[in-house]
Amino acid sequence: MTSTISRRDLLQALGLAAGSGALIAAGGSLGMLPTPAAATVLDHARLGRQPRRIAILGTGISGLVAAYELQRAGHEVTLLEASHRPGGRVFTVRHGDLIDEIGNRQYCEFDDEPHLYFNAGAARIPSTHHNILHYCRELGVELEVFVNESKTAWVQDDRLLGGKPIRNVEYTTHLRGFMAELFAKSMTRAELEAPVSREDTEQVLQVLRRFGDLDEDLIYRGSVRAGYASGGFLEHGSSRETIGLHALLRSPYASQLLQASEGETGPILMQPVGGMDRIVSGFVRALGDRIRYRAPVQAVLMRDDGVDVAYDQGGRRHWLRADYVFNCIPSHLLTGLQNNFSRPYRRALGHIRRGEAFKGAFQARTRFWEAQDIYGGITWVNAPIRQIWYPAHGIHRAKGVILGAYDFGHGMHFTNLTPAQRIEAMLAQGQKVHPDYRQQVEKGITVAWHRMNHMLGCAARWTDSYRALNAAEERLMHTLVEPEGGRHFLIGDQVSQHVAWQESAVLSAHRALERFARDQDVAAETSA
Amino acid sequence: MKTRPRRALSLFLLCLGLAGLSLEALGEDAREPYDDFYCTTCHGADGRGNVGVQAPRLAGMEPWYLRRQLEKFRDGRRGTHPQDVEGRAMRPMATPLSDDSIDALVNWVGSWPQAAVAKTVVGDVDAGRRWYAGCSACHGADASGNQALGAPALAGQNDWYLLTQLRNFRLGYRGRHRADSEGATMAAAAQTLPDEQALVDVIAYLNTLAPPDTVAAGAANRHTQLQGN
Repeated sequence: MTSTISRRDLLQALGLAAGSGALIAAGGSLGMLPTPAAATVLDHARLGRQPRRIAILGTGISGLVAAYELQRAGHEVTLLEASHRPGGRVFTVRHGDLIDEIGNRQYCEFDDEPHLYFNAGAARIPSTHHNILHYCRELGVELEVFVNESKTAWVQDDRLLGGKPIRNVEYTTHLRGFMAELFAKSMTRAELEAPVSREDTEQVLQVLRRFGDLDEDLIYRGSVRAGYASGGFLEHGSSRETIGLHALLRSPYASQLLQASEGETGPILMQPVGGMDRIVSGFVRALGDRIRYRAPVQAVLMRDDGVDVAYDQGGRRHWLRADYVFNCIPSHLLTGLQNNFSRPYRRALGHIRRGEAFKGAFQARTRFWEAQDIYGGITWVNAPIRQIWYPAHGIHRAKGVILGAYDFGHGMHFTNLTPAQRIEAMLAQGQKVHPDYRQQVEKGITVAWHRMNHMLGCAARWTDSYRALNAAEERLMHTLVEPEGGRHFLIGDQVSQHVAWQESAVLSAHRALERFARDQDVAAETSA
Repeated sequence: MKTRPRRALSLFLLCLGLAGLSLEALGEDAREPYDDFYCTTCHGADGRGNVGVQAPRLAGMEPWYLRRQLEKFRDGRRGTHPQDVEGRAMRPMATPLSDDSIDALVNWVGSWPQAAVAKTVVGDVDAGRRWYAGCSACHGADASGNQALGAPALAGQNDWYLLTQLRNFRLGYRGRHRADSEGATMAAAAQTLPDEQALVDVIAYLNTLAPPDTVAAGAANRHTQLQGN
């Protein structure tokens, strides 16, 4: 067999092995890392030539951004929120909070302590998400680093070593070692047969040796990086036994762990101190009494000279006349409202499917993970809970909050369980990693976004996979991005191609505001 | 028995009032109150139905039929088959309900005036008319339903919902529970429609029929104060 690997193939392959490939884990989704966009600069002078009455439907991040900017530009904004709380899928759960899942209302019974909170929706902010970070700065939302990956967290798979949990660092060190050895072997063969210069070969072999901790013969014989079995400080450390490549490959984590913290979910992310909803609170402070809560929208009727919006509040129906509407109500709920949208617009709304994500959490009686050298990051469990998170806020305090399940969609497993079954499943599966889990955790809560009141879904799904939109879908997207009747702007991550990130919600609002400003310019010129 | 719904309703209003009071009295520590009156989240504004979450029109549905289905969902006689996706979504909404809250819900939802629905199913109306001859004995020639026979109105219902339910009856996803006698009747009747095209055609025919008059017009204004809670 002759090797046909070319220098370019090799370097590409090496790039993938080193984790610099473009595939990233985005809240469990696979997508391309978007080009970081510079923070959008909005020209408020152009946004506010003539004061308008503007209705904002929904107080998700996109609605809040639109309202905040339009109010600053001098418009009269009114926000209608169906729920008792603002923020949409930016939802931080604390002591006493209602989790308004229809059919399964729960109150959070965590202790009343500032660090005992759970981000049940958005939980991480990448450093490249300039626009949401811009609002954090502007609204005075204090940020701290979010630890996404901890090499000391666990990997558990019933198919791996009889289900015995191992440290992430063990798994990834060995996998990298074997991969480097394989590449080094192809390299030396390629040296003989392919047009790779001697200098390049030496360089690449050097990289591979370091990358995988290979010995001088370019063989992987285990590494101290995987952790010591004993010693290491005062005594010489003795290595753990190496786990063989075949054993590693029995688990799907072979293809998952090396990219889990690449790209957007890279090792360094951020979170607001005190809970993700600090961002929401910042907007709400600025908007004051312009938000009407428990006011579900019932009708959106386009008129020649404005938009009539009906909503229920306090047991009565109210009508609001607006010049323009910025709407972040999920598309699958919009289809159930009285409306006179055009047929193409309704058809496009009906195309978007709703996501199914589920998160569950416990209060921990002690921060038992810290005793296992874990200060943040994610444990991977090959079971429906998929992940256990150890949120770092409150390090060394008495208690903590632990994420007990994060099913990022493509299945209704947890959603279809009864509340008691969900908690039991989280306990039983978590116990595979932490044998005393049942004794350590209490006061479980579950958030099935598919059933949350006034939400009924997680991030919008435009496609079954995370491929690019096809031509027909591009046309539907275009229909929804265009303002309906020149007055109704659909916003939210639902009209983006990178759903489930606050950045997309912000950018969708900015795009709508830019279009609004342009239309105002045209109107001003026409009337001049 | 006749006064029960009304009493339940008064009790319910009282509870709402108390919840409101405690919210004031307890200040920041008060918990957000909730109730069972959230049907429109899924079933659309004024119960018009929402294809986006596959939740059918309730506005205009007969109170006796609403009650029977809520009880079936609650007691596990409907919405338990793994393949009944929509039924499984509805069932957890009903499981926490007491008899009294079902009374209150039926009073509330049963008072909504009929809502017009969009037609989405296209088929052979003439063929559908012939197939419907077998259905009319129970559901009525004008598909306005027959309470004595336990058969609900079909005219005016969301066609996508009727199609899903006919499929479910034929495939055994609905109507197979041993304590669901009406479901068993319908599951057997659905077998007389030989294929998917027959289902589509019979629904295309139903789309040509006018919806029945609002069934609960008399009750329409009695409970409107509950809306929006």
